[in-house]
Amino acid sequence: MYTKTLNFVENKRLELSDSQLKWEIFFKRLLIVMSAILVLVIIGVLVTLIQKSMPSIKSLGIGFLWGKVWDPVQNIYGAYPFLIGTLLTSFTALIISIPFSYAIAIYLGEYNQKGWLSDLLKNAIELIAAVPSIIYGFWGIFVLVPIVRSLEIKLGVAPFGVGICTSSLVLAVMIIPYSASLGITLIRMVPSPLKEGAYALGATRFEVIRNVVLPFTRTGLFAGVLLSLGRALGETMAVTMLIGNTSAIGNSFKEIFFGPSNTMASVIANEFNEADHDLYVSALIELGLVLFFVTVVVNLIGKRVISKASKN
Amino acid sequence: MENPIVKAENYNGYFGDNHVVKDVNISIKKHEVIAVMGPSGCGKTTFLRGINRMHELIPGGTSKGKILLDGQNVFDMNVIYVRYKIGMVFQRPNPFPNLSIYENVVAGYMLNGIKMSKADKDVIVERSLTSAALWNEVKDSLHKKGTFLSGGQQQRLCIARAIAMQPELILFDEPTSALDPISTSSVENLFHELKSNYTLIIVTHNMQQAARVSDKTAFFYMGELVEFDDTKKMFTAPADQRTQNYITGRFS
Amino acid sequence: MEPRIGFRNTKSVIFKWVIIFFAFIITIPLIVVLLYIIKQGVTQVNWHFLTHVPAPPGETGGGIANALMGSFIMVLMASIVAIPVGMLAGIYLSENPNTKLAYYSGLCVDVLQGVPSIVVGIVIYVWIVKPSGGFSAIAGSVALALMMLPIIIRSTEQTLKLLPDSLKEAALSLGVPYHRVIIKVIIPCGFAGILSGITLSIARVIGETAPLLFTALGNNYFSTNVTGPMESLPHVIYSYATSPYDDWHDLAWGASFILLMFVLTLNIVTKVLTRKWKIQL
Repeated sequence: MYTKTLNFVENKRLELSDSQLKWEIFFKRLLIVMSAILVLVIIGVLVTLIQKSMPSIKSLGIGFLWGKVWDPVQNIYGAYPFLIGTLLTSFTALIISIPFSYAIAIYLGEYNQKGWLSDLLKNAIELIAAVPSIIYGFWGIFVLVPIVRSLEIKLGVAPFGVGICTSSLVLAVMIIPYSASLGITLIRMVPSPLKEGAYALGATRFEVIRNVVLPFTRTGLFAGVLLSLGRALGETMAVTMLIGNTSAIGNSFKEIFFGPSNTMASVIANEFNEADHDLYVSALIELGLVLFFVTVVVNLIGKRVISKASKN
Repeated sequence: MENPIVKAENYNGYFGDNHVVKDVNISIKKHEVIAVMGPSGCGKTTFLRGINRMHELIPGGTSKGKILLDGQNVFDMNVIYVRYKIGMVFQRPNPFPNLSIYENVVAGYMLNGIKMSKADKDVIVERSLTSAALWNEVKDSLHKKGTFLSGGQQQRLCIARAIAMQPELILFDEPTSALDPISTSSVENLFHELKSNYTLIIVTHNMQQAARVSDKTAFFYMGELVEFDDTKKMFTAPADQRTQNYITGRFS
Repeated sequence: MEPRIGFRNTKSVIFKWVIIFFAFIITIPLIVVLLYIIKQGVTQVNWHFLTHVPAPPGETGGGIANALMGSFIMVLMASIVAIPVGMLAGIYLSENPNTKLAYYSGLCVDVLQGVPSIVVGIVIYVWIVKPSGGFSAIAGSVALALMMLPIIIRSTEQTLKLLPDSLKEAALSLGVPYHRVIIKVIIPCGFAGILSGITLSIARVIGETAPLLFTALGNNYFSTNVTGPMESLPHVIYSYATSPYDDWHDLAWGASFILLMFVLTLNIVTKVLTRKWKIQL
């Protein structure tokens, strides 16, 4: 019986091999096709954005970017308020977040690498990134906005509550995990002989961190900041709910910073479905195109720096 | 004289532009144990992997020339069929970690989707494990994962896995280099028993092992097959000066 | 002890405590947000809430059955597209790391990961909503699938790269064809890692609102028609959170609580899977 089966298998085997070879070739092609689809999707995204922005680019030209007035009713489109809104929220958030993300990276990367406290904090940081943006926005409307409003009264500025200041605060918390978790990984990768060398010379822990650990991981930490920035620039929902959605731009910095405003992402989210004529839609898509370019460039530089830093 | 089971005619192996095996001609008869030895980087492993066309899996790995298996050029055959006919055991034991011992033995059939009755499978498992001198040690734990075994047991499981396919030829790529001395001797003892049913080609960097287990020995140096002769003759009266130097330890 | 050394040590200790302060203080906003959502939301959730559609303003009661069903349908459809495509592309990247195609598709994964979700919404609007003549759950699912892809691809790729080559060689040397080696050996061995990528990607998109705004829109009624607009959990939160009615705010708190629970569960599952995966290696 045993030999009979083997003979049967043996005879079937050659025939089977031929059909299997065909499947093998098919499978390898399938893998190639799936990877190629990805490239096509990205090219498609780019082509679509450019093509649909063309009406706006043609009729508004490059002046679109520094036109100060956005008034769809009058068919006037200027992106300047949104550029300012986006840059101001993102960079404010970034500046607020940096001390925290560096502190987390140093604490979990250097002081406390293992144990339950370390795990707990690390999981909490990851959880910050996991909570959906809509929830931060919702919470912000009902909790943060009243707080900011009362602060604004004390400061003597118009008490809108919503605006760039409020958005930046929420955004700062949301983007911390991106730079922090990269920082933790990089600081843990610092070779211990390097640190031991410094300790052997009588350096304190602070001096080792300042003179060995941070210089060694500088580029990588910078890349993490870029990743956070990429997140901040493209973040939509939380900002849309907290920024006040006003396309007019204030006269003074104080007015801009504490007053309602709009970012590129928030104006798209608010107005895209209401845009009733082609130039309006096209101008919004052009904003999307600018946003796409900026975030992609920031992200790619970040990724490039990371892959270089992790190779060293 | 009976037909050789493996015959290489002007076999050349490359890694990109690197010519690692040069014009090898060799003829191996059935039921012989062949040791292939030489210093590291001499091309012995590349030659071995050329026989079942595993060499081409490495990026940049290409082959030229002919290798005849039972008179048929492996480079003209269906590659899947070639590998099915030739078993291979690697440097490090590599049982499938997701499969049990039992499943590991019949993996060649299972993974190919060949349907068999449980009774047939039972027979194959018992015979293969017995031939690999492992049956007595594992017969009560056939459904445990293969990775729970010791290194030597894992390597014998890999041999059983190769035997289960009823190959004509089994290739061993430094099969004991990752094992301790006791496991090594258990695998070496196995070679003597396998000889009656299979042809074995064993790549080894260990001269004593070559002398212990093989009928014939091939000595590779700098990509060339320097000498191929009866093991006894090779170790007592080598024809080539380079072989002489190697076995007397003048270079390694 | 020399005063100088004392000063340096003090500085070191102060630095340590400053770092600890900054590192831990950031958990406060997280805890505050989580507790607030739980406090506001948990009282809303009951069987009625889960099985009814929203009530008109002024009427009490109502629930989020339409949003739950909508999120389920759209995430399911997105997964059906994104999981096979993502796994196959990830397999290609790990198996052929040095080809030109791998370089460019790897680049595209990075690009896709960085694309703001609102831009994905615009593109799907142009590709699907405009030509088909209206908002649809299908359009929403495609947008979500695009957001899932990079996570699934990267996790598949990285998991498979961790597997030793010897495993593949063992199977190939037995005369097993390449596709069976991948399907029967490589994927099962890396299953936990790949699965963790899938759960993570679902956790990520289940809370995505921006790509749905111009694609699936939303729907006040219960709908399983995938060619029409469909409600989803994050969208119901958005539209009711920004409405002027207190009843609707309560509904949004309840929906936020449910969404948060989904996200937390999926993240815990991912954590467990990745931990198990590390032990196996």
